Amino acid sequence: MEWNALDLSLSLAFWTCVILLPLAVLIGRALAWNHFRGKAFVEALVAVPLVLPPTVLGYYLILSFGGNSTIGRVYEAVTGHGLVFTFDGLLLASIIFNLPFAVQPMQRAFEGVPMNIREAAWCSGMSNWITFWRIELPLAWTGMLSALVLTFAHTLGECGVVLMKGGNIPEQTRTLSIAIYDRVQMFDYSSAGIMSALLLSLSVIAITFVYLVGYRRRRDHA
Amino acid sequence: MPELDVGLKVRVQQEKPVPINSEIHCAPGELIALIGPSGGGKTTLLRMIAGLANPAEGQISCSGETWLDIEQGKSLSPQQRRIGYVFQDYALFPHMSAIHNIEAALLHLPKANRRNKSSDLIEMVNLGGLENRLPAQLSGGQRQRIALARALARDPKVLLMDEPFSAVDQVTRRKLQYELVQLRQRINLPIIFVTHDLNDAMLLADRIYAISHGVTLQNGPPLELICYPDNVAVARLMDLKNIFAGQVIGHDEDNEVTRIKWLDYELEARLQTKYNPGVTVNWVIPPSYIVLHRRHRPSYGERENPVHGVVGELTVMGENTVISMWMNGQQDQRLSLTVSSHVAERNFLTVEAEISVSLLQQGVHLMPLQNREKPV
Repeated sequence: MEWNALDLSLSLAFWTCVILLPLAVLIGRALAWNHFRGKAFVEALVAVPLVLPPTVLGYYLILSFGGNSTIGRVYEAVTGHGLVFTFDGLLLASIIFNLPFAVQPMQRAFEGVPMNIREAAWCSGMSNWITFWRIELPLAWTGMLSALVLTFAHTLGECGVVLMKGGNIPEQTRTLSIAIYDRVQMFDYSSAGIMSALLLSLSVIAITFVYLVGYRRRRDHA
Repeated sequence: MPELDVGLKVRVQQEKPVPINSEIHCAPGELIALIGPSGGGKTTLLRMIAGLANPAEGQISCSGETWLDIEQGKSLSPQQRRIGYVFQDYALFPHMSAIHNIEAALLHLPKANRRNKSSDLIEMVNLGGLENRLPAQLSGGQRQRIALARALARDPKVLLMDEPFSAVDQVTRRKLQYELVQLRQRINLPIIFVTHDLNDAMLLADRIYAISHGVTLQNGPPLELICYPDNVAVARLMDLKNIFAGQVIGHDEDNEVTRIKWLDYELEARLQTKYNPGVTVNWVIPPSYIVLHRRHRPSYGERENPVHGVVGELTVMGENTVISMWMNGQQDQRLSLTVSSHVAERNFLTVEAEISVSLLQQGVHLMPLQNREKPV
């Protein structure tokens, strides 16, 4: 068992959730209630990581955030280190490839909040901000939980993008899934088995939890 | 009649998405019902008053305060308008208890005062003891009462209700109607409610606005719309079935009578001199102005516009029996009347029985001929 790799994976998953969830709430809410030209295209962009090969995504991320890109150069000038083969770069990639896992459950959850409930809040004198905090968010909490769990579990398991963008640097970018890959290459099936079992368990628990939350949402709205 | 210089004044117009062209005045303490076919713009009008939708043109003011003036570019938000709105399916906040639903509309008060006021409102709508129940644990009638209490919590300047009785059973409906009548005596607000149920409007409203395709066809006290509809469309909205075409023969102003020809009959109608002799008109008679002649026992009242026919259809509906009377035996000229079932029995009314009725002169009302309307 590579504890450093587990620690790095958990750390990556944690920070991805912390940064991505507020973004997902905003994007999911906007997509749920606004109709605008090009909405289908925006939804498609959010969903792309679901179907794109991780290597393709990784390639474009290197291109966009590498040392030769504007973003990469600006980031390096500000922080003193680049975005490729670093934890920061890995986090940025993680946020992007987790977009659909965080945004889509939020969008579905906000779509499930009836319009007239929001209107009733406005007619009761609640501002848009108070309506958001006291009415919309509590009614969309199941979506937030789903987004949180899915994002966390998916970050733990992602391999291709991490390998492309972060490489395999111990204690910096070597996550649990990369460590499993490495161990198998080295015919160390015993260590790979333990780590795989851990990831499998976490994934099963996470997905079961998401389904349970889904049942509860359907029951609440029945 | 309450004064109209205060209260709610609405004048709105738009072509899309729902055509609207209406003016509504509602005085404090007055209860107005908007009736009309589904999709006719009634709810849209209510939403415009609440600030949930904006018309292309128009003004809305309440108690002297301008809420909307499109020309001036002024449109207050729903939060700024101080309206109480009871939504069709009540739109209670499902994650909040009954009392918290009401307190949610009291955020403008200091926290300490909210509980007192919400408790008073719970008592007012007779739901003491159910404060902590979630909406899902309340019956339809109880939800409606919570929605009403929440709507009144902000001390609104106008109370708007969208089909407030549509989601409850008949017994609860009567109870809620009774409570609304009582509530009216305690609050001095303009109240507007949308309904597709004519009985609700007849029972509760001071005035009815008959709305079709967003246009107010006529407004007035319920009996006025029933007895004197301006045109065939209003008559149909008021569920009047006996609408026919006839020709004006002349007017007898001394006796306040207008004579019209209908089939082989010369009928006496209420004096309406605006229709010249020779003109073809539509005429209508409310059911309460049709009197069945007792069979085999003629009486004096039968001299008033007597007409004859056969019973074409006879449907017993509990205490009442609905009769479709085929005039002169012709199926395409039907007079519909309702009598008590025991009257139908005593008169041995059966299908194909010959009957006579009087069309009381004061109930015969003339309307402009609706060209596209096929005379019934």
